[in-house]
Amino acid sequence: MAVVEAKNLSKIFGKNIGQSIKMLDQGMTKEEILKKTGNTVGVNRASFSVEEGEIFVIMGLSGSGKSTLVRLVNRLIDPSEGSILIDGKELATLDKKALRQVRREKLGMVFQQFALFPHRTILQNAAFGLEVQGVDKEEREKRAEESLKMVGLGDYIHQKPGQLSGGMQQRVGLARALANDPKVLLMDEAFSALDPLIRKEMQDELIDLQATMKKTIIFITHDLDEALRIGDRIALMKDGVIVQIGTPEEILMNPANDYVEKFVEDVDRSKILTASHIMKRPETINIEKHGPRAALERMRKEGISSILVVDGNRRLQGYVTADDASEARKKEVSNIKEILKTDILKVAPETSMQEIFPMIYDTPVPLAVVEESGRLNGIIVRGAVLAALANDGEVNMDA
Amino acid sequence: MLDFLKDIPILRYIIKQIPLAEGTEKATKWIQEKFAFLFDPIKEHFGNVMDFVSGDVLANIPPVLFILIVAVIAFFVSGKKIGLAVFSIVGLWFVYNQGLWEALMSTVTLVILASLLSVIIGVPVGILMAKSKIANTIFTPILDFMQTMPAFVYLIPAVAFFGIGMVPGVFASLIFATPPTVRFTNLGIRQVSNDLVEASDSFGATGSQKLFKVELPMAKSTIMAGINQTVMLALSMVVIASMIGAPGLGSQVLSSLQRASVGTGFVAGVGIVILAIIIDRITQNMNKSKE
Repeated sequence: MAVVEAKNLSKIFGKNIGQSIKMLDQGMTKEEILKKTGNTVGVNRASFSVEEGEIFVIMGLSGSGKSTLVRLVNRLIDPSEGSILIDGKELATLDKKALRQVRREKLGMVFQQFALFPHRTILQNAAFGLEVQGVDKEEREKRAEESLKMVGLGDYIHQKPGQLSGGMQQRVGLARALANDPKVLLMDEAFSALDPLIRKEMQDELIDLQATMKKTIIFITHDLDEALRIGDRIALMKDGVIVQIGTPEEILMNPANDYVEKFVEDVDRSKILTASHIMKRPETINIEKHGPRAALERMRKEGISSILVVDGNRRLQGYVTADDASEARKKEVSNIKEILKTDILKVAPETSMQEIFPMIYDTPVPLAVVEESGRLNGIIVRGAVLAALANDGEVNMDA
Repeated sequence: MLDFLKDIPILRYIIKQIPLAEGTEKATKWIQEKFAFLFDPIKEHFGNVMDFVSGDVLANIPPVLFILIVAVIAFFVSGKKIGLAVFSIVGLWFVYNQGLWEALMSTVTLVILASLLSVIIGVPVGILMAKSKIANTIFTPILDFMQTMPAFVYLIPAVAFFGIGMVPGVFASLIFATPPTVRFTNLGIRQVSNDLVEASDSFGATGSQKLFKVELPMAKSTIMAGINQTVMLALSMVVIASMIGAPGLGSQVLSSLQRASVGTGFVAGVGIVILAIIIDRITQNMNKSKE
């Protein structure tokens, strides 16, 4: 079941909202409505659903309505129209008390400028959410400390936020949001104020944390690289409208319109595409069944000069070349193990193309894509790498 | 010059002087009579409290002890620096030396009570203004009025309501000195960054949790600056309040003025300056040291 679900969510800033809502329903754009009524459309009929344990990235340039949208999710901003469901429960019509309860129990938020309380220590900051819930001091400080340890700040708990660097401050922000153990984590440009190296470090750490926490995360960013890096799915926003929702690959490979296409055209594909995207189905022989003769036969049929050898469970054993196989046949060698070579380069399915580049030019035989269990997934030939970079449709997106 | 306009019947009423002065007088009289049940006990009890503070408590503290207490407070609030403490000792000793100790105690009583009441009234009003647009619209012009109306004018209704002496002095000081606390409290809370307000909301804080855990602590130094202003304004009312019989350093100044005696006037004036500097530095440092 979806943890967060938005249906036809709109936000209009200004007076006489009803009229503007009607205009939206008639399909008028943000600009037209601004000109006619003076009202600003923040979010225009946005619908999406976020599944449990997913990192859902909302991306857009400034003014695209992404920050407004995330504030509609915890109702820091009241929606003008539409509904927002948290765990299947409508948020838009809750009274103040019930809304507070949902915020306390289910929603945590991390802010772009950290929004730490400067008069409180790190520990008191992290314990804030528990404090307002009325958790007693000992218990809340214990939980806040655990949360701080999780983000690697166990040693700084009695300092004030002002004494910490930006990256560390944002860790506190993250720890504060996590201390309540909320189901949903809202991250509003959480890493945008950090410098690039720290940003990357925090992204990695979020991914690591997420592997154990399995929170449902809604992450706002204007940075496409960041979105592609951490997002399970991405919603791209423009002028308050969600233009496309999809996995990073879908956004890159099948842009819904010119806007998305323009947005993604500068992306360095080599960072996004992985071995599994560009590998081909391999020709193999079974070490237990086939001899040099069968190997030679297969190579001749496929027009290749080497062939991979696997066992009965498709675990990669090595490869044989055509030369060795024909030599072996002449010498009447029947066991393929005698001519088996094992100096083949292996990569994991999630290896990025950037790492594959230097390897593929140093090897005469194709790269083998092998799972952790040793199972062979596919091979990568030099041509496929170039084709993927040129995006001529040779990329295997089903992988 | 505009007399010819009187020939036009409607305009006659417009040009005619509006009886604001009489109206105010009547209103004041009415309040004085109708609310006597309120003013009389205030005058009596509050007057007793002040007599008790200045006459019994402060007067019974030996001057040496009083000076030492002030010096110790000055030493600690200024971050264990010796300067302010030394100034307090020398300054207060000078006032004692000039035979103005009793007057000083009266003045301190007036200033402290007027400031205390100003803060008790001003901070909640400031919070209300920060939270409510309507309250802000209503109170802003009232504050402007309170601050710009010449302070002497407050003396007249003060006497009407509370007679002469310390009580009307506190009343007039209260009106004159409260606005800065109200304004600074309002400003301080409004200045709390939107991020922090959102953060506190997003964790499900109630209105009062937000106020006491986030807004007031964040606004504290601004509010303290307002309180400092309030105390200084209350002190500046000392001379004016002496015109309606409030005892203290101010009445020394006033009587010197009436007798044209430059010397005693100057000495009493210096006494006020010394008190002002000590109070100002101590309240300012309280603000700094807590940051």
